[in-house]
Amino acid sequence: MFPDSKIPSGPLAGKWTKHKFDLKLVNPSNKRKYDIIVVGTGLGGAAAAASFAEMGYNVKAFSYHESPRRAHSIAAQGGINAAKNYPNDGDSIFRLFYDTIKGGDYRSREANVYRLAEVSNAIIDQCVAQGIPFAREYGGLLDNRSFGGAQVSRTFYARGQTGQQLLLGAYSSLVRQMHKGKVRFYPRHEMLEPVLIDGEAKGIITRNLVTGEISSHSANAVVLATGGYGNVFFLSTNAMASNGTAAWRAYKKGAYFANPSFTQIHPTCIPVASNHQSKLTLMSESLRNDGRVWVPKKEGDDRHPTNIPEEDRDYYLERLYPSFGNLVPRDVASRRAKEMCDDGRGVGPTKLAVYLDFKDAINRIGKDQVTAKYGNLFDMYQQITGENPYNAPMRIYPAVHYTMGGIWVDYNLMTTIPGLYVLGEANFSDHGANRLGASALMQGLADGYFVIPYTIGDYLSKKLGEKVSTDHDAFKEATSNVNKRLSHLLSINGNRTVDNIHKELGLIMWNNVGMARDKDGLEKAIEKIPTLRDEFWSNVKIPGKLNELNPELEKAGRLADFLELGELMARDGLNREESCGGHFRTEFQTEDNEALRDDKNFTYVSAWEYKDDSSPPELHKEILEFENVELTTRSYK
Amino acid sequence: MKVHIKVWRQTNAQSEGNFSTYPLDGVSGDMSFFEMLDSLNDNLVTEGKDPIAFDHDCREGICGTCGVFINGRAHGPIRGVTTCQLHMRSFQDGETIVVEPWRAKAFPIIRDLIVNRQSFDRVMEVGGYISINTGNAQDANAIPIAKEDADAAMDAAACIGCGACVATCKNSSAMLFVSAKVSQFALLPQGQPERSNRVKNMVDQMDEEGFGNCTNTGACEVECPKEISLVNIARMNREFLKASII
Repeated sequence: MFPDSKIPSGPLAGKWTKHKFDLKLVNPSNKRKYDIIVVGTGLGGAAAAASFAEMGYNVKAFSYHESPRRAHSIAAQGGINAAKNYPNDGDSIFRLFYDTIKGGDYRSREANVYRLAEVSNAIIDQCVAQGIPFAREYGGLLDNRSFGGAQVSRTFYARGQTGQQLLLGAYSSLVRQMHKGKVRFYPRHEMLEPVLIDGEAKGIITRNLVTGEISSHSANAVVLATGGYGNVFFLSTNAMASNGTAAWRAYKKGAYFANPSFTQIHPTCIPVASNHQSKLTLMSESLRNDGRVWVPKKEGDDRHPTNIPEEDRDYYLERLYPSFGNLVPRDVASRRAKEMCDDGRGVGPTKLAVYLDFKDAINRIGKDQVTAKYGNLFDMYQQITGENPYNAPMRIYPAVHYTMGGIWVDYNLMTTIPGLYVLGEANFSDHGANRLGASALMQGLADGYFVIPYTIGDYLSKKLGEKVSTDHDAFKEATSNVNKRLSHLLSINGNRTVDNIHKELGLIMWNNVGMARDKDGLEKAIEKIPTLRDEFWSNVKIPGKLNELNPELEKAGRLADFLELGELMARDGLNREESCGGHFRTEFQTEDNEALRDDKNFTYVSAWEYKDDSSPPELHKEILEFENVELTTRSYK
Repeated sequence: MKVHIKVWRQTNAQSEGNFSTYPLDGVSGDMSFFEMLDSLNDNLVTEGKDPIAFDHDCREGICGTCGVFINGRAHGPIRGVTTCQLHMRSFQDGETIVVEPWRAKAFPIIRDLIVNRQSFDRVMEVGGYISINTGNAQDANAIPIAKEDADAAMDAAACIGCGACVATCKNSSAMLFVSAKVSQFALLPQGQPERSNRVKNMVDQMDEEGFGNCTNTGACEVECPKEISLVNIARMNREFLKASII
């Protein structure tokens, strides 16, 4: 029997309101009797930690960064969606819900997505009240722009730094509570293990990354907001330290991992230049508002792009999708770019790139307007590539950007481990098989500000008077396991560096579990990853000691988990014999090369349960019920 | 190309540090500065030596985690970029590149090139916010804000908190950092109710952390990777004076 997803009954639009009423409350004077641990202080974690503290709970917040302001939420560029309908262009909560469900290729829960759309407006209100300087019109009101997968303008933005401004907003609320003593922040602390007592989450084990000290922390509930696992590919747009360890450790303690193969490959990134490359840089999707994507019509056309006349250019997105044009969703844009390159029409030195051209926009609105809208992105492009995008088109190529999969959570954001909650990118809940642009910030803040503060009370109310102490044997056992694992890593003393092995894993993942997948490739990955894992555990070389700042040891621990997670991603991709959103199985496509879903057999969330290191995980299926939208083939034509 | 990296090595806050020089071959101009350090570290680890510890994360110039002195300049020779956005094409073949951590009393060294910047968080804790609890907000369009003011607030809010201003300043002053936050809120209607207390508390905390004062040299503005303007410091001085008189 699948765990109860706790979706409230009744009409869609009333579910959240009804559920909020049905949830048990913790009385204001009792809130200070509870401790909550929040791991990760990006958008979701900082928003949750600050909100908990404002309500009166005692919060301990952990980050492997020196400050909450360093979290990778900060790098989100383009914007945040909300159903405000300020532009009067026909937007509504239902339309945002509908676009998100459709954009996710009908592989997410109706109730969750509707709630996301429902609270989206309150997020904008909250952020403006925090003093976030969103872009405004001359009349003083908020400006909006468009993003992929939508035909309305509902994206609020702060230049190309929306994530930065929203994170600094959440951070400001968090530091205010730190000052009041309601939040204790543990900087440079990495969570290495959740601690369960009688099957419920009651604490964590951390390593102080400066001193190496391993310590135990107890609480009445644990909230993970630890981001996505895109770095399993080594090269991605994620920050260098972004990792899947907290989620993976939770999985190995019994939390189900849902849709692990659902990875978003973002279409507009700066192409790989050399094998020294350490990460890929995203160029915001907002560029597709004004930039036109094209490749030469002829294979092997080596002329400089400015010398290729209009009639020899193929604006393939506009050709294939006349109504959405350059603003098709990310999965579609990425796959088409790959097809063009596979077709021999890729550009640049590696031939693994397509053009994103602003010539028409500059002619239409002027260079100054283009600079005002995208100046920082243009500068960034020039700094990285040494080329000026005002004079010649940008070269872009898809790159791993976001993971829709994550820890399975119910409607309350609780995992299959009671008392353990997961927020933001780390959970699986809202984006189905493909996330729309400007929806990650929306989900992180929805979870942190407007969902978890309500739902956690329902669990805590049943724990009144519960005393949790780190003296419990479960903490000693978990500490001992952490110590053993770290000592083992340091004792291997082999010949290959962590990055060297990570790059090999990344290549296996990109080639077999990347933008286009098939049975053979996925099976190959399932065979190769365990071999590489054995290589890691017998031949990795980690210098330094346990009780000091040791970045190689940090990376090794994260890679050890990626080497397991990568295999689960391949298993999930193999199981799902259909194409949907970012999961494109080449065996399952329409005549027009679009994703071919199999709604009869695969309208479910695949939730994987860890058994033990020698047995394969067990698949559970949460059947998705659609009562309010009709499952159609996504068409952006 | 080949470069020589002359870099500050220091085991921890208590120990004394010194420079060590490492040659590195096979550097390409397309490598970022940190990819060059990755490559050097890969060699060091393979040789059984301790890699150079440095702070970095997003590698796209926005998280503010990175920052080192390169040949005597914060974030290296190019204006308006962070260290992670610097590429090796900005250096010469055969060059000796001197790499040091930020140096300031309020930023103690943790190891090699990593410093502790929690003093910034503590300054933020005493006033770097608008006191609003989740759920208290009115409609986002209820208060129109002139585009010029919103834009100026955004200019100030673009600060990434890397600390280059402090490291560059001969007085180790944090005035550019603090004034950027004070300005953001002083320019917006939402910031008015706490305007006076905010500037007083943040300036007091800044002094307590051991940051120096501003003597209007302007080096901070020159080295700031986000080109935060000195105008913010003038605005903060005005705010502070006003708050002190009234």
